Amino acid sequence: MLTVSSPLDACLLLLSAWGLIGVAGLVRPGSVVFVARVLFPAGALIGAAIALVAAVSIGSAPERMILPVGLPDLPMHLRRDALSCVFLFLLGAASTGISIFAAGYFRRGQGTPPGLLCLQYHLFLASMGFVLLADDAYAFMVAWETMALSSYFLVTAQHGIPDIRRAGFLYLLIAHVGAIAILLSFGVMQGGSWQFTFDAMRDAELDSNWATIAFLLALFGFGAKAGLVPLHVWLPEAHPAAPSPVSALMSGVMLKTAVYGVLRVTFDLLDGAQWWWGLIPLSLGLFSAVYGAVFAAVQTDMKRLLAWSSIENIGIIFTALGLAIVFQGVGMHALAALALVALLYHCLNHAFIKSLLFLGTGAVLHATGERNLGRLGGLIQRMPWVAWLMLVGTLAMAGLPPLNGFVSEWLLLQSFLFAHEVPKSFVNMLLPMGAALVALSAALAGYVMVKFYGVVFLGQPREQALSHAHDAGFLERAGLVWLAVGCIALGLFPTHVIASLQAATLQLTGYALPASEAPWWLLFPLPERQASYSAPIFLLAVLAVVILTAAVVRFLYHGRIRRAPPWDCGFARTDARMQDSAEGFGQPIRHIFQAFFAMDRELPSPTDTAPRYSVTVRDRVWRGLYEPLGTVVQRIADSVAWLQQGRISSYLLYSFITLIALLALVL
Amino acid sequence: MTHHEISAQALQLVAAVAAAPLFAGWIAMCRAWLQNRRAPGLLLPYRGIRKLFHKDAVIAETASPLFRLAPYVVFGAMVLAAAIVPSLSTRLPFASAADAIALVGLLATARVFMSLAAMDVGTAFGSLGARREMMVGFLAEPALLMVVFVASLISATTALPAITEELATQHLGLYPSLAFTAVAFTMVLLAENARIPIDNPATHLELTMIHEAMILEYSARHLALIEWAASLKLFVYACIGFSLFAPWGVATESGGPLSLLTSIPVLVAKLALAGAGLALIETVSAKLRVFRAPEFLASAFMFAVLGLLVHLLLGA
Repeated sequence: MLTVSSPLDACLLLLSAWGLIGVAGLVRPGSVVFVARVLFPAGALIGAAIALVAAVSIGSAPERMILPVGLPDLPMHLRRDALSCVFLFLLGAASTGISIFAAGYFRRGQGTPPGLLCLQYHLFLASMGFVLLADDAYAFMVAWETMALSSYFLVTAQHGIPDIRRAGFLYLLIAHVGAIAILLSFGVMQGGSWQFTFDAMRDAELDSNWATIAFLLALFGFGAKAGLVPLHVWLPEAHPAAPSPVSALMSGVMLKTAVYGVLRVTFDLLDGAQWWWGLIPLSLGLFSAVYGAVFAAVQTDMKRLLAWSSIENIGIIFTALGLAIVFQGVGMHALAALALVALLYHCLNHAFIKSLLFLGTGAVLHATGERNLGRLGGLIQRMPWVAWLMLVGTLAMAGLPPLNGFVSEWLLLQSFLFAHEVPKSFVNMLLPMGAALVALSAALAGYVMVKFYGVVFLGQPREQALSHAHDAGFLERAGLVWLAVGCIALGLFPTHVIASLQAATLQLTGYALPASEAPWWLLFPLPERQASYSAPIFLLAVLAVVILTAAVVRFLYHGRIRRAPPWDCGFARTDARMQDSAEGFGQPIRHIFQAFFAMDRELPSPTDTAPRYSVTVRDRVWRGLYEPLGTVVQRIADSVAWLQQGRISSYLLYSFITLIALLALVL
Repeated sequence: MTHHEISAQALQLVAAVAAAPLFAGWIAMCRAWLQNRRAPGLLLPYRGIRKLFHKDAVIAETASPLFRLAPYVVFGAMVLAAAIVPSLSTRLPFASAADAIALVGLLATARVFMSLAAMDVGTAFGSLGARREMMVGFLAEPALLMVVFVASLISATTALPAITEELATQHLGLYPSLAFTAVAFTMVLLAENARIPIDNPATHLELTMIHEAMILEYSARHLALIEWAASLKLFVYACIGFSLFAPWGVATESGGPLSLLTSIPVLVAKLALAGAGLALIETVSAKLRVFRAPEFLASAFMFAVLGLLVHLLLGA
């Protein structure tokens, strides 16, 4: 019998409860009422409990546990420390909102029955939790693979559609290529001790070349999961394919487990990181940030747009990671802590914001059956709840103060301000240039979010059918409210959040930001710097001016309003089709960043009687990297195909020869 | 927070909000003179605002509450910006709420709300204006941020009053890096305030307008607030320029209480000069095609980055 005596016990119990809820879904797999109204809300409660446990215990000392399950002589080691607490909080808090929403979202339809979906969904959640708690390579890989597989099944919930099967396959493929790299990285890190516990890896003495190889393998493996360019191709395919709550979980939470993995390997398991390692994630991150934002701006599918925006944000996170490694490597520990705070903060922010946005698209999808931006519009009139809550997410994603997206961006830019002090010539001049790219991608994010929100929710409905759109149900609203409140709270109380994140930076870098004597509403990056930002004052001041102005105008003049048809500069005949389409709104970006895109354009000639214009924008990475790679793999596969005789006896022979060869090698 | 600081803050805020339309009027006057026209009165912007406040608001049937909220948010953002930028004094209690980066964020918030409101009615011109505004914005914002970044590197802080104080207390002269960023900043100022060569505030020529296209559906008090906010934005931009590139004459920590009084005529003189300069630029340059705007702004961005590089290379 398990007794709950520590936070780790509690986490374990709660994660197992998720698993049990999943299994309970199989009791009545066809019953939407049972699954949606009982099991998903229970899962949401557990999520909240995990978030609570993680938040409370983040400051306490690390604790370990050995679970006697698994293969003989290979028990599972678990460990809860500050870093895992940060990500457990993220998992718990974001999944609470998503589960509440999902309770109202899943309906009877084609594809996977609800009970099975419930099992996959909660297995997915629990495995992400175990990834964060694992303290040996074996437990980690088991949890990691469970996570990949359960999410694969979730992505292909509508497996009747060929495109979705294809997206699922691509996701599974890249997830596994990544997993192999992670496994190899663990193999290098054990450093000849043949002990695969993380403790053994912490103690292993690796020479710097092997350490570099381990780092690069981990970066590749986790980067594939996170969607770092050029390993991002699965993201814009898998996210639109999955049901919205699953997209929210994958984008908001699962991508962060990859960030967790890189942090764990770089700052915890690998001793003595080299400063120049940081330049690799830094440059890849900056490239991903701009690339993702540019592609997000030209998308016409809501979820694809958000997926590309996730790539942008992962880019920003990896930029912060690179900066932290550089600072840590050259001994500027306080700055490394600052960059890490920016990183962890951005992870939290992105989890809340992107979950909110993905769930909002889910609500729109249910109400209208439409994912194409060009067929939406004016939904703020029909779905005020969803629209106003999405406005919070939109402004936060655009990185606008006083919401949360701005805080992490601000922290990152502040840490870039110190980059010129890195005592490496040449590099110290290039690093501050990164701030220019971060600023560019942040500004592009603003463009993307105005396009997203403006085309979907504002303006006039572009299709007749939209007049029947209905607002989200009670549970769906509740889920959205939870996440929106999270965005606002993370934006308004940054000092409290940072005080908690300090435990993790202290663990990873050995340093925390110097204690500040400022009041709670004032945020400083480092006290000796005169830079401050205060979200509460910011919000109060703008609100005060808004209310005061409105009151004064009303009092001094009048509040009379007449409604009339839109004027539109006197054009007599206007209709909804004359608004900007998604393609139209993306046109300037397509024009400016032409070099980024592979475009197929079909322009009408002046004499066409039925002119047609179409343009498809594709990712150059496909043609430049994946298609040649696919050809090579195909060729290799063809050349070894003669091995496949299709007779069991020959396969047994192969096994026998392999065994003999291995024995000869070992003996 | 002393008595002195609060009075400085209040004086600066009131002066900015009250004098912003005057500055816009002054530029219009200079432009008219330069173009051999009879100038409208200096107080014309006030009359326009007053007239608009008296009118009944006509709002499109398709507009949502966001449309009515946006002018207030934009105005509020600009008032806060005017409170933060040290135009008269560097001892501003409000300034700790937002440093230079947050100020850029604040201006971006105003822009996003304006663009969303423009898309709200769902007309062809509204969304066209919003798209163009965001196109200008996404290039101008990083350029402005880089300008601020260079000044922050020089003075080792991102707090605007501290930057101003640091730069104001040095001998008369310009850092080479700041010279580059000054060019970038001027270009950003022109673009962000709907000035020639990017936009022309005096035109309703449909195919070229940006700012005007966004506010076509507004009338009465909402339009008045937007016009006021626009002049406030121009004022704030001018003051950002002064505090980065010509900070002399601002009341500082060491200046004593009297310096606040002397700072007023200094600011007026700077604004008069800057207004005349802006009018000159607008008169001698032609409006660019919209598709040339990205080039213009990209060069602003490049100038700012160049300034950063110069600072890192020369340390000055």
